[in-house]
Amino acid sequence: MEFAELIKTPRADNVVLHRPFHPAVEGTLCLTGHHLIFSSRRQDNAEELWLLHSNIDSIDKRFVGSLGTVVIKCKDLRIIQLDIPGMEECLNIASSIEALSTLDSVTLMYPFFYRPMFEVLEDGWSSFLLEEEFELLSSVTNEWRLSCVNKEFSVCPSYPPLVIVPKSIDDEALRKVALFRHGGRFPVLSYYHKKNGMAMLRSSQPLTGTNGRRCKEDEKLVNATLRSGRRGFVIDTRPLAVAQQARAKGGGFEQEVHYPQWRRIHKYIERFNILQESFIKLVEACNDQSHNMDRWLSKLEASNWLTHIKELLTAACLAAQCIDREGASVLVHGSEGTDSTLQVTSLAQIILDPRCRTIRGFEALIVREWLQAGHPFQQRCAQSAYSNSKQKWEAPVFLLFLECVWQIHRQFPCSFEFNEQFLITLFEHAYASQFGTFLGNNESERAKLKLPQKTMSLWSWVNRPEELSRFQNPIYEANSLVIWPSVAPQSLQLWEGVFLRWNRPSRFLEEAEEERINIIKYNKELQARVNALRRRLAELEAENE
Amino acid sequence: MEHIRMPKVENVRLLDRLSSRRAVVGTLYLTATHVIFVENGSETRKETWVLHSQISSIEKQATTATGCPLLIRCKNFQVIQLVIPQERDCHDVYISLIRLARPVKYEELYCFSFNPKLDKEEREQGWKLVDLSEEYNRMGVPNNYWQISDVNRDYGVCDSYPTEVYVPKSATAHIIVGSSKFRSRRRFPALSYYCKSNNASICRSSQPLSGFSARCLEDEQMLQAIRKANPGSDFIYVVDTRPKLNAMANRAAGKGYENEDNYSNIKFQFIGIENIHVMRNSLQKMLEVCELKSPSMSDFLWGLENSGWLKHIKAIMDAGIFIAKAVAEEGVSVLVHCSDGWDRTAQVCSVASLLLDPYYRTMKGFMVLIEKDWVSFGHKFNHRYGNLDGDPKEISPVIDQFIECVWQLMEQFPCAFEFNERFLIHIQHHIYSCQFGNFLCNSQKERRELKIKERTYSLWAHLWKNRADYLNPLYRSDHSQSQGTLHPQIAPCNFLYKFWSGMYNRFEKGLHPRQSVTDYLMAVKEETQQLEEELEVLQERLANLQKSQSGNNKVKSKQQDRSKQFGLYTSNNSLANTPQEYSSDLKSFPSRSPSQGDEDSALILTQDNLKSSDPDLSANSDQESGVEDLSCRSPSGGGCLPSEDSGKDSDEAVFLAG
Repeated sequence: MEFAELIKTPRADNVVLHRPFHPAVEGTLCLTGHHLIFSSRRQDNAEELWLLHSNIDSIDKRFVGSLGTVVIKCKDLRIIQLDIPGMEECLNIASSIEALSTLDSVTLMYPFFYRPMFEVLEDGWSSFLLEEEFELLSSVTNEWRLSCVNKEFSVCPSYPPLVIVPKSIDDEALRKVALFRHGGRFPVLSYYHKKNGMAMLRSSQPLTGTNGRRCKEDEKLVNATLRSGRRGFVIDTRPLAVAQQARAKGGGFEQEVHYPQWRRIHKYIERFNILQESFIKLVEACNDQSHNMDRWLSKLEASNWLTHIKELLTAACLAAQCIDREGASVLVHGSEGTDSTLQVTSLAQIILDPRCRTIRGFEALIVREWLQAGHPFQQRCAQSAYSNSKQKWEAPVFLLFLECVWQIHRQFPCSFEFNEQFLITLFEHAYASQFGTFLGNNESERAKLKLPQKTMSLWSWVNRPEELSRFQNPIYEANSLVIWPSVAPQSLQLWEGVFLRWNRPSRFLEEAEEERINIIKYNKELQARVNALRRRLAELEAENE
Repeated sequence: MEHIRMPKVENVRLLDRLSSRRAVVGTLYLTATHVIFVENGSETRKETWVLHSQISSIEKQATTATGCPLLIRCKNFQVIQLVIPQERDCHDVYISLIRLARPVKYEELYCFSFNPKLDKEEREQGWKLVDLSEEYNRMGVPNNYWQISDVNRDYGVCDSYPTEVYVPKSATAHIIVGSSKFRSRRRFPALSYYCKSNNASICRSSQPLSGFSARCLEDEQMLQAIRKANPGSDFIYVVDTRPKLNAMANRAAGKGYENEDNYSNIKFQFIGIENIHVMRNSLQKMLEVCELKSPSMSDFLWGLENSGWLKHIKAIMDAGIFIAKAVAEEGVSVLVHCSDGWDRTAQVCSVASLLLDPYYRTMKGFMVLIEKDWVSFGHKFNHRYGNLDGDPKEISPVIDQFIECVWQLMEQFPCAFEFNERFLIHIQHHIYSCQFGNFLCNSQKERRELKIKERTYSLWAHLWKNRADYLNPLYRSDHSQSQGTLHPQIAPCNFLYKFWSGMYNRFEKGLHPRQSVTDYLMAVKEETQQLEEELEVLQERLANLQKSQSGNNKVKSKQQDRSKQFGLYTSNNSLANTPQEYSSDLKSFPSRSPSQGDEDSALILTQDNLKSSDPDLSANSDQESGVEDLSCRSPSGGGCLPSEDSGKDSDEAVFLAG
């Protein structure tokens, strides 16, 4: 195994582990190809820490005499410190961790080596098929069809093989439309609002360029989603100026003359490096141990993180309002249609569709609107907030989405089948995982990597009854209504569960969650006992008749 | 009544603060005690009631084509915007309210006319609910170290102290009187909290009149006596809760702070909390932020930081944490003072007590705590909360800050408190409402002279009667969080101080979570209790049946079917999760205006006014599905521009004019 070359010192004794809010522990450190393992020597209360190398975002080392100290900052935002005696050992370990946490090749990642210790009840790779989604859709409308025009990923490399498009548009037209849209991302169905038959489409920007190119098939496609005499809305996630500038590079936006039935709204959502910087600043603020309140608030403000949350939620609410309140179809896009577009379409569905607020429904949403829709997870999540290296394509796009879901969850705490832990778990796995689900940047890459054959799906694990029970919201009661969150600053809060997770004593909050579970559990037990007794009595009384 | 120039105005519009496009038309009434707005039309005839004593400011704005706007800001953070068609009427309403909101005699306050229809005995019982001598007994005094002193029995030594004061046994009357003469307003060191397990105590006083060099033997003996009352420790902390600069400035006026050299075995410590003027301005600034129309996140966070409010809350909490730590961990007694020892000292002593003693985290204990540290030790409620017309510079949100500290702690220790957020909000409301006599006047002496207990009712009895509304479902008396001392973190990234929208945006329902976990869990717990009862009945029936069966007796036990009642309950429960039902059927959080609880109001306008007069229900939510107005850019509103850029951009769509 080639990893062995990278591990010069596989094991060190008398290592001391420091973590916030935990007493320091002494133990043994081991390095394997994919894990850093620390186990305390105390037999009575043996403690083990397993850390995936891929979870390590950055590593710092320093020496006091021959005692080396390694500070490890993880993608899940935790920071641990290891005191390693012996300069050579420490240097070896640090350089091994550095090398193992920055492996270039995807196929060397842990998911390709991971062998599950559990029995697979349901293969997550085939849990959420678009065919099933389409079947559901067909039961309420026949205006759509399943197209396999992208079967070989030839029309659009970042789309899945199957997409849902208006029935009246044939594959030939789709090919033409793909040439008119950035990266071939022609408009496809994202969500169908059963209540009023309105549709949400998503795509990338049209390639109008400076001379106002048009594409009849594109116009026909989007118009096919409109009811006669009704208008639709294009929600462009760029400010107008940016959209206009894009024309110089061949991009652009739907011009009124060619799309007279569509009204365009520009709802600016921040992207790429701006988001990544915001993320880095926020995490830095959250790790500032100063006791100064002004400093904390000004750092929180300066990070702009909550501004991005507010912008994003507002855009999603707007899309949802257009559909539900205005009875209009909506087309959402930015430039590439792989980031802010997906944030908006998926959040709008959380607001509109009660199914997306169930565990399975939410998983399906992530598969459909993020994985299959070609959000480049591998690029975006390559590094987290501690990375020193120069950023390339990293951005916390998915994390922002998860946090917005959390914000809505906080405002409607009884309307979601899953709990906060579920969202946190998804955040962790998007950045580092034993499962192959979030590897690759799109379905085409996943197919080439043969992920379904070679790795385990996150869903195979999450959907096991034992695991599911950890992610269930004890106070869930299905709510079939559209839920409209407040986007006022007073209603939005910092997501402590992620950003202060390692920096606060969590015991009291965990105890509160336990208490909530117990209250519900006890109630259900009593209900069952009362029902059983009632039946028993009824039987006895019947016998007595 | 002679102050009411205009008892009724019709066709008044009540504006929605978040969206000026939404307004309701109705009739405005002025009564001796309330301003009442009754909506026209609709079946419900929604009513908004505001007590005169809640009004903090009235602003008449420039007349427009639609009428004359009147802005009423309340001390419970409600903001009411009215538009009165005629300028003259508006002026009359304005002049009347100016007078009504600023009574000059205690007798004008609501508590003297408020009649909850309780008989004399019930009223007396109500006042006995909180008994401070019982509380000192619970703490374990009098004992070998502490005794009750009658030196102040006629308020002869200190007129802002209670008659019964606990002092160290070795402090003779001579020492107390001597010490009192060396302290501002003669507020000598007295016991606030005694820790039974290690004899450490928290004492309170005002600043010493030390100037640059003055000494007082009796005062030094007094502090010595406090130290001796804690044999386990050879020093005491003296905590001055003022910023050092303020304390030093006081020396020039012959006041100041203790010189460590003159007192044997004290450790002197400044913990800077700003004075009432800084706090008043800070709140003012924060409320301006709360009132911003669709602020951006930066506007809001910047405004919050700039107001300094959370910084001040943290300073109070930090002082409380320091003292609790000294008492619980070091076993050292602490003497706390500020200038007069009735504002910051009250805040800090009560935060420390709350951290130290789980009893104060129960509903009853919390009432006792406020009675002990605030009411009995002469916190100047009348001046601070402007109950009677007075010097506006005396007004300051001192107890509001304490209440917020409690809320911040509740957020960090969700299982530690027996009561919920609503309890705090209702207490805050009643500190200003003057509906109950508890918080009248500036001292015990004044209250006795006014015969408050004979002439008014106690808030504590009222809250106690409705205690089911105020329970925290997560609290269990045997839970680890409800035992022992609480140890909050200090750094803001470890203890997240949050903006309390439940308080400061209390009346803007649209900003709050649409589903309340507390209410949901309380409903479940109530159902659980019914299930327990039913289980018992069923088991009994089963036993009887088996007995009768074995005895071959065919007499059937009486059917007592509770399932019907049950079905109803469960369906109610499921309603709790649909946002639009939430505000009308189940109690939304906080459920009703505490001023109009379940007792008959002094004034009946319509038959159902008690149910519908809830100002909390005049929420801005769309009844159909709880739609939030998206920063006034709702497409359904029509005519408004959906995008920030749209104003400048001709290519942009004007969103749905029709």
